[in-house]
Amino acid sequence: MSDANGRCGNPADLFDRRHGVSGSAGVLLPDGPQIDPLKITLDQPDDFDGWREAARELVMAGVPPMGVVWQVAGEDGELFGSEGAAPPSSGQPMFSVPKPFIDMAKAAICHSEPQRFALLYTLLWKLKANRRALEDRADPLVDRLEKLAKEVRRDAHKMHAFVRFREVAEDGTTRFVAFFEPDHHIVRREAGFFVRRFATMRWSILTPELSIHWDPASEILSEGPGANRSQAPDGDPLEDMWRTYYSSIFNPARLKVKAMLKEMPKKYWKNMPETALVAPLIAGARARELEMIERAQAAPRPGGNLEAAWAALREEAMHCTRCDLFRCGTQTVFGEGPLDPRIFFVGEQPGDQEDLAGRPFVGPAGQLFDAALEKAGIDRSTTYVTNAVKHFKFVLRGKKRIHARPDTAEIDACKWWQEQERALIRPPLTVALGATAARSLTGKTVTISKVRDAPLLLADGSECWVTVHPSFLLRIPEEDRRQEERARFVEDLQRIRARSEELAG
Amino acid sequence: MAQLDTREKLGILADAAKYDASCASSGTSKRNSVGGKGIGSTEGMGICHAYAPDGRCISLLKILLTNSCIFDCHYCINRKSSNVRRARFTAQEVVNLTLAFYKRNYIEGLFLSSGIIASSNYTMEQLVEVARSLREDHDFRGYIHLKTIPDADPELVQKAGLYADRVSINVELPTAPGLKRLAPEKSVGQIEGAMAGMKGAIEDGRDAKKKYKSAPSFAPAGQSTQMIVGADAATDSDIVAKASTLYDRFSLRRVYYSAFSPIPDASAVLPLQRPPLMREHRLYQSDWLMRFYGFKPDEVVSAAGDDGMLPLDIDPKLAWALKFREYFPVDVNKATKEQLLRVPGLGTKAVSRILSSRRFRTFTLDDVARLTVSVAKIRPFIVTSDWRPTLLTDKADLKRWIKPEKSQMELFAA
Ligand code: SF4
Repeated sequence: MSDANGRCGNPADLFDRRHGVSGSAGVLLPDGPQIDPLKITLDQPDDFDGWREAARELVMAGVPPMGVVWQVAGEDGELFGSEGAAPPSSGQPMFSVPKPFIDMAKAAICHSEPQRFALLYTLLWKLKANRRALEDRADPLVDRLEKLAKEVRRDAHKMHAFVRFREVAEDGTTRFVAFFEPDHHIVRREAGFFVRRFATMRWSILTPELSIHWDPASEILSEGPGANRSQAPDGDPLEDMWRTYYSSIFNPARLKVKAMLKEMPKKYWKNMPETALVAPLIAGARARELEMIERAQAAPRPGGNLEAAWAALREEAMHCTRCDLFRCGTQTVFGEGPLDPRIFFVGEQPGDQEDLAGRPFVGPAGQLFDAALEKAGIDRSTTYVTNAVKHFKFVLRGKKRIHARPDTAEIDACKWWQEQERALIRPPLTVALGATAARSLTGKTVTISKVRDAPLLLADGSECWVTVHPSFLLRIPEEDRRQEERARFVEDLQRIRARSEELAG
Repeated sequence: MAQLDTREKLGILADAAKYDASCASSGTSKRNSVGGKGIGSTEGMGICHAYAPDGRCISLLKILLTNSCIFDCHYCINRKSSNVRRARFTAQEVVNLTLAFYKRNYIEGLFLSSGIIASSNYTMEQLVEVARSLREDHDFRGYIHLKTIPDADPELVQKAGLYADRVSINVELPTAPGLKRLAPEKSVGQIEGAMAGMKGAIEDGRDAKKKYKSAPSFAPAGQSTQMIVGADAATDSDIVAKASTLYDRFSLRRVYYSAFSPIPDASAVLPLQRPPLMREHRLYQSDWLMRFYGFKPDEVVSAAGDDGMLPLDIDPKLAWALKFREYFPVDVNKATKEQLLRVPGLGTKAVSRILSSRRFRTFTLDDVARLTVSVAKIRPFIVTSDWRPTLLTDKADLKRWIKPEKSQMELFAA
């Protein structure tokens, strides 16, 4: 093992003066002059110091980018180059490079891209001519290198995040060992992060390329050969605990698998104990969510404050400005009735008299409604009655305020209150009186004649029956048809009463 | 009740914490464990150690000390009247779990909150004790976020700031009537009073640090808050306005939003439908516009529709641009930073790259493409040396664009 803090190579060795394959350099340089490129061999794939040393000398000696080929000791590759005489010293003064270049180069050099040394050297060459070349971020070469550096930084970030230590007993003490597979040559670069974070722990990180070990007693970070997963310890009792945490902190109502995969790509999964849970958690999410909703619909527990909450909701509605209708009428006409009703009726909107009284269904339509309820055998005092739209919309004709139909935007804006009322009261059975109410409850435009014989299912799983609005019955001019429709309305209500008795058990 | 083991408690008390939107561990002072007796470091941005299938990052051990509560807030799973299974950690258990997870590199630290048991002060003391033990007994140098109890003794709340990197107090709901209805035992005055107190303490801490190097850092990552979206009648405009007042008045670092989730055994007051996650997302985007793009709160509000809601199908920056077309197209080669930041699809990074590259080249559309994620989205709003959008400059089209049809908007949102 060599000390990872120190460089193993000495700069004088950085120019490979051994005879390489020679004579074929022209293959690599079709357009260039037929010069033999100089072959530079670096000690390590992340040998920044070696690259810097060599690159500095090459630049000063005036060797152009096409005159160098780079390789890492021990890496195969058909690199053609020839034995290089030491580059002739140009006698030029040294030039300095901007610090951002060093930062970028230190990162980019760890990339697995074989061309990284050459690309960096090309940029260095450019910088010599124009010290500000790096600031041209739209230059394809700068862009390419910035991207390499960025990928390295991302890999490093993922290493910080996804290394998972396992505790193993070792000669009376403990060691924390992790196995990790980075994409790039970042292990030496990132060792410091783990030293700073886990300064008092004895730990090792094994990777296929090399292993690093920290001894807190001697404060020495050492390097060893690469490892495979079978050499890493297997499991840690804490992992069960961690998996419990992972599955509990996840909210099944918010499944967003793509977002997860974007940040935690699958290639990292095999060394992370919690990721085995992902598939079952996703598969079970919908069921868990439904279960959450179902339990949410269970009878309220004692100790809640339903009455107070309803009163506060009503009070809030008094100041509603969700749509422009609040400017229209005298007041918000909120729903009324017991908070544990057998049936929850939703009408259209308050009329002239309701607007003045501040109570729903007290005008002519309300009287007709009362009469029909009585005929159907429904006691109004066991029902909750409210409107889809809570403000009176009208046009003035002389001194008369004539009812005007709410538009869909108004229905949808006001729907919020009806939803809150229903969420609070949780009626077992809801009745939509007319198309406006049906729109408010279902979010869709429905044709009453098509849906009045069978219930619709609402989002919370309860039943919604649709019938006509009593004011429709008031407006039918022909006596026969009026009688006919009224009878039909009462029939609907009878069916609804029967169903509500059924539901009540 | 049979004794629960630590793992069972963890299951219950993490589950109870899953509705909390905040998870971040960033923005604190830089430190590490070299030369200390314990472990832990904070450097750069916080690290997300895992991602849950709900797409959220797991950075901290986010748990409740207990999910028992003497309060009865309707939106809260832990309220008194809920019949959820209860559990309670000892301070020691939380300390041990935090250290054990941290040593395995699962987490960046602890985010601890609690239901209220016995009294607000008692609960606050327990929270502080966990943090004290981590810092003093174990020399833990990782991240700690404590959720404070609003009506606890201010001295106790301030003690939390001595040990924690960040403290937070939830405003819960954007409107006072909403709070009154859903959290009858809490009040705006009490919550904002606690925020103001914490703001003062953080500022005093910063002053002391300036005078004496040895002064302890006091909540170096500042304070944050969370509000629930969709449980009261507040519109997006109301919420944006509320958030910006909170930022101004209490120097908050972050305002988090939490859309309603269906909650097991939720109180009857809650809406049951699937939470409007997109709404939450748009609110976060509007928050970004204010914090990083120089948008004023009333400009964000002006991107909302007549109903006060931000569009759900396009992001607020695009919504703003479509409303205020007179600002476009922006010439990439001449525009100021402020102007470039208004272009939909141009992020802060791309803008700074454009500015630094502009001294060297005259931008073509390809140059812009190299610096951005999707030039297709940006194209209609910019001018380059080889590109001038026709759609936006054409008068007839302009009118049509003011009320874009759906298909057109999707073109831009891509
Ligand atoms: S204080 Fe209110 S909101 Fe918080 S846990 Fe207790 S009941 Fe829930």
